[in-house]
Amino acid sequence: MAAIEAEGLRRTYKTHTGTLRRRAKEIEAVRGIAFAVEPGELFGLLGPNGAGKTTTIKMLITLLIPTGGTARVLGLDVVREAREVRKRIGYVFGGERGVYERLSGYDNLRYFAELYGVPAREQKRRIEELLELVGLKGREHERAEGYSRGMKQRLHVARGLLHDPQVLFLDEPTIGLDPVGAREVRATIASLTAAGKTVLLTTHYMFEADALCDRIAVISKGSIVAEGTPLDLKRGVAQGSVVEVEVYGIAAEAVERVRGLNGVVAVAVEEREQAQVLVVQTETEVELTQAILGHLKGADVGRISRREPTLEDAYVALVAE
Amino acid sequence: MSSVRLVAVSWLLQFKMIMRSPFDGFGNVIYPLFFATVAFLVFRAGDSPRTLIYASFGAAVMGMWSSVSTSAGSAMQRERWWGTLELLVAAPRHFSLILLPSTLGLATVGIYNLAATLLWGRFLFGVHLTIAHPLLFALAIVGTVVSFGGLGFLFAVSFVRFRAAWVLGNFFEYPVWLICGFLVPIAFLPGWVHPISWALAPTWGMNAIRESALGGSPLPDLGACLGLGLGYVTLGVLVTDRVLRAARLRGTLSLT
Repeated sequence: MAAIEAEGLRRTYKTHTGTLRRRAKEIEAVRGIAFAVEPGELFGLLGPNGAGKTTTIKMLITLLIPTGGTARVLGLDVVREAREVRKRIGYVFGGERGVYERLSGYDNLRYFAELYGVPAREQKRRIEELLELVGLKGREHERAEGYSRGMKQRLHVARGLLHDPQVLFLDEPTIGLDPVGAREVRATIASLTAAGKTVLLTTHYMFEADALCDRIAVISKGSIVAEGTPLDLKRGVAQGSVVEVEVYGIAAEAVERVRGLNGVVAVAVEEREQAQVLVVQTETEVELTQAILGHLKGADVGRISRREPTLEDAYVALVAE
Repeated sequence: MSSVRLVAVSWLLQFKMIMRSPFDGFGNVIYPLFFATVAFLVFRAGDSPRTLIYASFGAAVMGMWSSVSTSAGSAMQRERWWGTLELLVAAPRHFSLILLPSTLGLATVGIYNLAATLLWGRFLFGVHLTIAHPLLFALAIVGTVVSFGGLGFLFAVSFVRFRAAWVLGNFFEYPVWLICGFLVPIAFLPGWVHPISWALAPTWGMNAIRESALGGSPLPDLGACLGLGLGYVTLGVLVTDRVLRAARLRGTLSLT
């Protein structure tokens, strides 16, 4: 039995536009996705902002009811058996929210220990263990409002582990952390699977998914566009090359014309200080530099370079399709 | 047993949070004194010592009610803003057991409001109060706090479902002062208002406090107050699952 299973999982939202003439609009955040995570696996859901990662996780942790399809955690249906699911899962999200700032780190953990039904006689020992694990020992009686972002994030991880859940959902747990803080959180995540936990991690950092995950599903615009081990995904785009052209003020039409060239796999525009960089992935053995420059007439062109594709290019190619 | 412990620990931590906020604290300290000052100045003009005593208890309960009605709404909005509301809902315990201590914590602050108002009246306006039945008076206060907590809980349940419903907390603040006879006896109000007054626990809590202080018999009022409080809690518990399901369907638990 898979630890997490999603079949045809779908979620739409209704939004309204206008003030006097209100019009309802339906937005499809997740469009019928399917995947399975095996027990003890660290599975990554990788995608850009707005791809549907958080919506997917919120359906799996019972905070949102799917508008279609089914999802099961440890064989339990996330809609019909929500309370049983909640007893067995932990949820950690990134950022500074989700902490009672006026309480100490210790009181935060004590409160959630009660909410998650950790027996009274075990609470003290469990909280001490987790404070040690996440490196907050010695600072636990300070108010959380004085904690750094990294400390708050580690407090989140400790909270998610209070009731020793079998499955953990980590929603962008390193977002906004400095490199040292992010590395500490990643080390803690890596230790979770070593302890036998099943982890579903969402992130938009390719290198993070590569370093931590056994398998990755790339999600874009609510659909899964690729799934496999990090190695599988790298193989998929290890061919071809990337042309980078520095430009100052490129028109959207020019980008579309480049995209339409034969042999172009993906096009992205990155902002770098004053300039923009047009990143064009091309198929193997295709020389498109002149053709690309031909479409940039009128724009101020700077440095041009050609390089081998990286894993990040693979990700860009997948989500840009 | 674990449910009792959950309510007790949650109440303690909620109370700790309320007391630690300098801005909330300032509001809680200053607001009731404004109510009291207005009430004392208005009723002093009437030149009747009994009326002034009537008003001083009314002003005290006004402060209690305000701290529950406005804070119950803003407390839920704050949980949403802090990103903790989703964590509370994602916990395996029944949500009503999590919510009730929160509103009870707010109602407890109301005890301070009551004490501060009475002391303000005593030292600034020279209103001498003698409490005829101190034990019953204490019981009436506790009963009123509990029933206010129950009503706040019922409000808070609906505030979970609707993101903007916290505004209603402010809306309910002033009408209850009037409808429940805090400053003016409900006998002065039109007949059609009376059933609304009777359905609201603050009416009976107010009566119980006045009766116990002035030497009447507060037990029937206290019974009605607690009975209604229990009714609000029962109704709140019964609708919690439905409200949460609606919030999960519409995705209103988070800010975005």
